[in-house]
Amino acid sequence: MKRARVAWNGTVIEAEPLDGGRIRLLDGTIVNEREVMWLPPVEPGTIIALGLNYADHAGELSFSAPKEPLLFFKGKNTLVGHRGQTVRPDGVNMMHYECELAVVIGRPARRVKAEQAYDYIFGYTIANDYAVRDYLENYYRPNFRVKNRDRATPLGPWIVSHEEVGDPMALRLRTYVNGAVVQEGYTGDMIFSIPYLLEYITEFMTLAPGDVILTGTPKGAVNVRPDDEVVAEIERIGRLVNYIV
Amino acid sequence: MANVRLRLAGMRQALEATADPRGGTVLIGGRSRRVDEWEWDAPIDGAMYGVALNDRKEWEALSNEMHAPPYEKPPEGPVLYMKPANTINAHRRSVLLPSGIKRLRAAPALGLVIGQTAARVRREQALDFVFGYTIVNDLSIPHKQRYRPAVKEQARDGFAPVGPWIVQKEEAPPLSSLTTRVYVNGRLVQQADPSRFRQPVEQWLADVTAFMTLYPGDVLFFSWPADAPLVAAGDVVRIEIEGIGVLENVIAPEQGDDER
Repeated sequence: MKRARVAWNGTVIEAEPLDGGRIRLLDGTIVNEREVMWLPPVEPGTIIALGLNYADHAGELSFSAPKEPLLFFKGKNTLVGHRGQTVRPDGVNMMHYECELAVVIGRPARRVKAEQAYDYIFGYTIANDYAVRDYLENYYRPNFRVKNRDRATPLGPWIVSHEEVGDPMALRLRTYVNGAVVQEGYTGDMIFSIPYLLEYITEFMTLAPGDVILTGTPKGAVNVRPDDEVVAEIERIGRLVNYIV
Repeated sequence: MANVRLRLAGMRQALEATADPRGGTVLIGGRSRRVDEWEWDAPIDGAMYGVALNDRKEWEALSNEMHAPPYEKPPEGPVLYMKPANTINAHRRSVLLPSGIKRLRAAPALGLVIGQTAARVRREQALDFVFGYTIVNDLSIPHKQRYRPAVKEQARDGFAPVGPWIVQKEEAPPLSSLTTRVYVNGRLVQQADPSRFRQPVEQWLADVTAFMTLYPGDVLFFSWPADAPLVAAGDVVRIEIEGIGVLENVIAPEQGDDER
């Protein structure tokens, strides 16, 4: 099952993508996907993100792989839907995308064992967690000015249920800038797997349905500029399009 | 008596009431009761953002370290952290001490509750976006490192008691006179006020909303961690902010410790 949230005809409604660029709204109406405004497919209470969760990306940023998951939180101000725009601040030197598999929690989760982790997952979507590296400072790094900017975390286009995705640890991720592949990786290369992360996180905090975990990004972070079209693609999930302004 | 907004346990909607900021009585719907006769819920439901390294006393204590690895230099932009939804706790409810942990840092904090969506606000207008003030008990497992987000230390279930109510800004004393006192088991252990803040809250609101939007119900909070007490199981922590209220919580051992 795939589920999107869109604004259409003055209302917000859930929708399901069909082929041929059409989508079916929850009330049965079928519209062209260009007629709707895509919204983030979930309104999370809590968003947790992972830093350096792929060994090759950690190496690229000259870090050794962490021994424990590096977690940070994000606010809902950061989210923007499929085909949205993200601002590159004036005068910065390095802003890069990060294509990430996003896990959407389906049940209240506390002290979940890795073996049961998938029972607590509703589904998956795609995140593009931009970072403005000029603002990096060495306190609670990555600090909020790098990672918590308004509309700098495109999310979507839709959630695909766990059943439909199958094994989330066997998916290819790719990012395209203006059509050229700039980043490629496999979720199987995560340092901390999704079941491990769910056990680790819920050992000390409770997750609620709709909470989202962004599971980190592989190697291949390059600078993006205004007017770039950035597409984050994950196998079996879809393609999340974003424009830099 | 001040006009406040509050939530009682078991009721979805917030209520307006008149309260004695010293914590004695509250008048809800024409009925006057002692505060301890009601069951409380946190008066807010938005995101909770803490401004770190705002306490001048903490900054001074760290100033040498800030020039050494891993920090290299003092921060230029705001250093923020989040207390996510699972941490929110209420007046007079227990805070569970995690298994294997002996002591928690209980840092008193002044919470600014946002009233209107705030993006790119100017310092001069910043307080127009604030609905009122509340009290936060910013609990954490003691830790020294500030290089990485201290998620495991700060984001445990129930680690952010908030309340007991929000005092509307117009009803509150001037920000500069919001003296805060912390009592543990009735003994005064800390006293502080906003003159210790590195910069005024209006400036922080401008700096933070320069890159991120705050929504109605969100809280931007400012703690005084430098001399905040360490507390253990059984301790009663009482935070008073003059003219705002009294927030009291008991530290309790986590149940079922023996089984795990």
